[in-house]
Parts: sequence; C-alpha cells; structure tokens
Amino acid sequence: MDIPYIVDERPDTGLTNVKLGIWLFLASEVMLFGALFSSYVLLRLMAPERPVGSEVLNVPMGTFNTAVLIGSSVTMVFAYASLQMDDLAGFKKFMGATIVLSLVFMVVKGFEYTHEFQIGNFPWTNTYLAIYFTMTGLHALHIIGGVIVNAYFLGPGSKMWATNKTQFTNRIEAAGLYWHFVDLVWIFLFPVLYLL
Amino acid sequence: MSENVQHHIAIYKKVAAALAVLTVLTVAVSYIDFGVALGIIVALIIAATKGSLVLSFFMHLLDEKKSVPLSRNGIGLIIGSLIITALFFLVIIFVPLMGHADRVGDYYTLPNANAPTVETPPAH
Repeated sequence: MDIPYIVDERPDTGLTNVKLGIWLFLASEVMLFGALFSSYVLLRLMAPERPVGSEVLNVPMGTFNTAVLIGSSVTMVFAYASLQMDDLAGFKKFMGATIVLSLVFMVVKGFEYTHEFQIGNFPWTNTYLAIYFTMTGLHALHIIGGVIVNAYFLGPGSKMWATNKTQFTNRIEAAGLYWHFVDLVWIFLFPVLYLL
Repeated sequence: MSENVQHHIAIYKKVAAALAVLTVLTVAVSYIDFGVALGIIVALIIAATKGSLVLSFFMHLLDEKKSVPLSRNGIGLIIGSLIITALFFLVIIFVPLMGHADRVGDYYTLPNANAPTVETPPAH
C-alpha cells in the first residue's frame, strides 16, 4: 500500500506528508537541542568559575568547520535546485560535494577530539568539557546520520529518479531540510562553546 | 519552473556570501572585549541573523507562508507548529534563568550575619 500524499499535496494541509513530517521531526529536534542549550545556560550561570572556550578549544579549527558546514548547506540547496531543473548529473555533483564536506567536518572534529584527549581533557574532566562533548557529540551523531541518508540518495536511492521524479525531489527536499537544521545547530554551537 | 529556480539560485548565492561574511564577523567580534554580557548579546545576535538566513532561504520558510493553511485564514501548519515549538523553546531556555533568580537552596551568608541574633526559644 502506498503512503498517501507524498507527491500530491493534501488538500487540507496544503502540504505533502513528507514535508509536514520532516518539519514536525525538526520541531522535536529543536526541543532535544533546546534542553541541552538550557542545561548549558544553567551550568554556566551556576559555575563559580569557568574556562573560556577560546582558551580551551581551537578557534581556527572551529571557524574552518563552521565554513565547511555552511558550505555543505550551500551545496545541498544547489543539489535540490539541480533536481528542480531536471539535472540529475548536477544533483550528483552537488550531493557528492555535500557528503565530502560533511566528512571533512567529521575529520576535523576527530582531530579536535583527539587533541583534547591527548592533553587529558575528557568529558569527565570538568563541567564545561562535559557539556562540550555532549553537545558536539550529539551534533556529530546527527552529521553521521545525515551522511548515511545523503549517501543513500546519491547511490541506490537515486534510482527513483527514473520512475518518479517528483517523489525523489521531495525526498531530497526533506533530506535538505534536515541537513540545514544540522547546520543551524552548529551556527549556535560554535559561538556558544568556542567563543563565549 | 526553471526561471523560478534560477531566481532561487541567485538568492542562494547571496545568502551563501552573507553567511560567509557573518562567520568571519562572529570570530572577529570575539576578539573585541565588549564585557561578558554585551559579548554574549552580540554573538547571539550574529548567530540568530545567520540562523534566520538559513531558515528563511535554504529551508524556504518564507515560501511556506504561502502554502494553504488548515483554515484559509490561518498561518499554515509549518509556521504554526514552529511558533508553538519556539514558545516551548523559550520556556526551556528561561527555566535556568528562573532557577538562578530565586534564592531557594542557597547557602549564602545573610548580610546581617554579624548582628546579634535572637535566641530561639527551646522547643517544648
């Protein structure tokens, strides 16, 4: 049985179920990260003293990663635009770039984590590092999830283009919305953890 | 369709450039000593600007206003659910501030700690 309203818009909502579904999922994600940001504010306000993020973490690496992730958001939106222009080759090019940039982000994050571990900074070292590793770790898990989904759409998932262009384009739009959300979270994580 | 997409692509390029500039600005202002409170406000304003650019243009939230709402005069399901989420988000962010503002459970010494204390009568 087919899932209804994945290509046509539902008359009462004016949306496809795909789009409404992904937005509701993202709303739940806002609450997930919101709880962590709230914990961060609480811990920071209550701390008698706290390390300055820019003295503990590597700001140039963080800045580089911010640029990489924003870049991947840009390539993602171009991947979606390519499909709208009936250009599968363009889609593959931009989606490939998105995945490469995501992997670059993870590699840089890996270097940062390794460096922290080498100098004895672990999640249990102090409260600041605990919230740093929790928030960036959860964000990194979201990146990994996004890479898996995007890689599927670049590879086997793209076969759908031959049978149902609109449905495939809608899927990429949903994947894109998720990816931009992951970028959005980082836009706030970076100044909060690295700079303030 | 194609012209519409071309128009979008032009916007995407401008937004990408704006995001790049704002990222540089985020780091640049962190070197300026505004003091803690103003520093946080400036950093969050820049982050919020970047975030709203991503939401409005990459996530097409501005276009979603046009989608047919549940009731024809409504604001649309996506915007509607996001407004509710934003309200809950604000509450969750202000919970620690409320907890910080009250003094329940604090072990602070009272200002008049050295003043002569009134003996509490022994309980009968």
